[in-house]
This record gives sequence, structure tokens and C-alpha cells, in this order.
Amino acid sequence: MSHDHDHPDHSHVPPEPALRVQALESLLTRKGLVDPGALEAIIETYSEEVGPRNGARVVARSWVDAGYRQWLLDDATAAIAHLGYEGRQGEHMVALENTERVHNLVVCTLCSCYPWTVLGIPPGWYKSEAYRARAVREPRAVLAEFGVYLDDDTEVRLWDSTAEIRYLVVPQRPAGTEGWSEEALAELVTRDAMVGAGRALAPGQAGGAA
Amino acid sequence: MNGAHDLGGMHGFGTVPDKADDHPHPAWYDRAMALTVAMAAWGRWNIDANRRAREDMHPAQYLGYSYYERWIDALERLMVETGLVTEEELRTGEPQGPALTPPVDADGARRMLRRGGPTERQVATPPRFRVGDRVVTRNEHPAGHTRLPRYARGHTGIILRHHGGHVLPDSNAHFRGEHPEHLYTVRFPARDLWGTEADGADTVMLDLWESYLYAR
Repeated sequence: MSHDHDHPDHSHVPPEPALRVQALESLLTRKGLVDPGALEAIIETYSEEVGPRNGARVVARSWVDAGYRQWLLDDATAAIAHLGYEGRQGEHMVALENTERVHNLVVCTLCSCYPWTVLGIPPGWYKSEAYRARAVREPRAVLAEFGVYLDDDTEVRLWDSTAEIRYLVVPQRPAGTEGWSEEALAELVTRDAMVGAGRALAPGQAGGAA
Repeated sequence: MNGAHDLGGMHGFGTVPDKADDHPHPAWYDRAMALTVAMAAWGRWNIDANRRAREDMHPAQYLGYSYYERWIDALERLMVETGLVTEEELRTGEPQGPALTPPVDADGARRMLRRGGPTERQVATPPRFRVGDRVVTRNEHPAGHTRLPRYARGHTGIILRHHGGHVLPDSNAHFRGEHPEHLYTVRFPARDLWGTEADGADTVMLDLWESYLYAR
């Protein structure tokens, strides 16, 4: 997740919504409906503390600890809370395991439900009309757009988040990572992989769940 | 509500935009998100009423708005609906009456995020369905809020998992009570929903409340 507090150039933004939000914030703080400190705390929480690094730690733990993996698959809410991640938009968690033959992909066709506690605020593409409309009808075509090409004998399981159950995809552990530490493995777990719109990175690929 | 928010299956939106997501987003997105979350602390509405407000608009407006414009528009209407602000205050930007005390400060907001809002509730009646049961989704088109998308109405599926009792959005969204019901994950063959273009092995799962379903 990226934030632009240090980049005041919003020239690509239509001015109207930005001004509308600014006017609303001014009204609500002056009326005493909102504490400015609360706004900063909320923004800071999702820019500094709660994001896909959390989910990456959950996945990496499940790769190195078979007992934890089973717990995650049986009771994801408790297993994830055990690592310290709980709260808003992660109250009722289910983990979905990707395998050689099964690929899980998560969408919310009706709004933008997303597991905030482990992945943070959803990216723009997840909230886009195109993703919400198409993932459920043509998941393989959408996955191909993300560079994920599936064999014909791989089954796609598409999860439409219509209730308060939030889904975390556990991607397959990449080959060539035998003996890696949990911390090093977590660097391979991308946000997209935990939605099902990607795979974990191979050793040597840069990045991770930034 | 058969609104523009019920997007599953629609054509015409093109490719998924901005998949790399590798640039800063506008700061007002954060402000809109934080205002919405902070105002929820007043407890005047709930997450279902929030979703109802975001989808309760002309379809052209829904699709014309960007994501956080929908949030702000819904927030303004919920505040007016529940008496926290007046139309005049929104129009003029000037607060009327004595200043209030916000329900949460910075620490309170952090606690609120950490606590979340679990929706699991006790339900007095036993679940009507068991894992493996065949069920049919109701083909109803309520004018109010519901979480059964159009593409999945009138279809046969299999109960995959029982999640216990959960708050029913259809009533909670309209402040008519939580009326918790058993919630199930239901599995549908993709071809039953999307026809022969879908892969025969693929499946689609939805989380559905008991009153959305009847036994087949």
C-alpha cells in the first residue's frame, strides 16, 4: 500500500471529490463529530501496521509448521489471532489452500469485502468494476491478465465474499526454498498471491508483500 | 436491490485496471476512509446500513462515482438520516448548535479497529441444512438490501460449510433488527451459473443465509 503524504502533487485527481472530502472533514471536526487524532490513528494503522506483511507472516508460518498449517485451515480466525492479527474486517476468517490441482481466487461482486487484518486496505484493482464483474464469470481469463496461467486439469474455486466471512488464500510454497527461514519465506508472499490473483515469488524474484 | 453494485457477470468494463498498483494514491482516499471509519464509532448505523447506503443510488451515479466518492456520498446520507448533521450543514459547511464530543480519540479509534465488529450470534433454532445437502437459492428481487447476487438466484448448490448464526443484512441494513440466521457456504458448478463458456471443473462459492435457501 502506498501513501502520498510526502507527494502533494494530486494533479491527476479530479478536484471535486478531494474538495468534497476536505469540506466534510472540516465540518465534522469543527462540529465535534470527529477527533482529528482519531483520523490520523486510523490512517496510520493501515499505512504502518496493518497490511499484507501480516498475511505474509501467516502464510510463511504455515509453510514451515505443519501443525500451524492445519490449525489455519481448521480455524483461521484463531490461528491468525495467535500471530496478533485480529479486528475490523477480519473477525471471521477462512484460509484456502492452493495446490497443484486447486486454485482459489477471492472476489466481492457486491462491494469490496476483503480481509483487512491480514492484507490491509484493498488495492484499486480489487475494488474495480472490471474485477468485480469478471472474476466470478471468467476467472481463468482474469488470472491470465495477472500472469497466472492454469493447466486444464487445475480446478478454479472462486469465492464471492457475500457475508462477513473473510478469505485468505494460502499460495503454494515455491520450489527451491527448502530450509529457508520463516522471515525469508515471508518476503516471497505477495498480496496478490493471498487473494489468489498471483503466485508466491520464486527465489531470486525481488519484492514481496510490500 | 437490483442495483448497479450487483456487478457479478457484467460485460463492458474491459481489463482489470492498475494491476501493478505501483504508484501513490491520492491523499483524499485516506481521508475518506478514515472519516467513514471514525463516524461509525457513533453507533448510529451498522455495516449493512453502510452497504445499503452505498448501493442505494441511481445506477448511472454508482458507476460514475469513483470508489471513495460512493463512501463519502453514503456517509453524508447516513449522517443526515440519523440526525448527526443537517442538509444545511452539508450545504454550507458550517456547523450549527453546540460543539459535540467525538466518541473516540486516537486510542479509542485504535481499540475500535482492534475489536472489530463480529457478526456471529446465537440462533435458537437448529440449522436446517447439513454439509452436503442440496439447496436451491430463492429467486426473489427485493427492493431493499440483500446479499444474494442476481447471478446466483434460482440455482442449485451444495452446502459446503456451516458458519453458525450471523446477523441478517436484509433486516439490519434497514434498522429492522439483526434477526440472525444460520450462514452457510454454498458451492455451485460454474457452468450452472455461467453456461458452457465456464470450465466444467470450476466452482463458485457464496456465503448465504438460511432464508436465501430452500431444500431441493
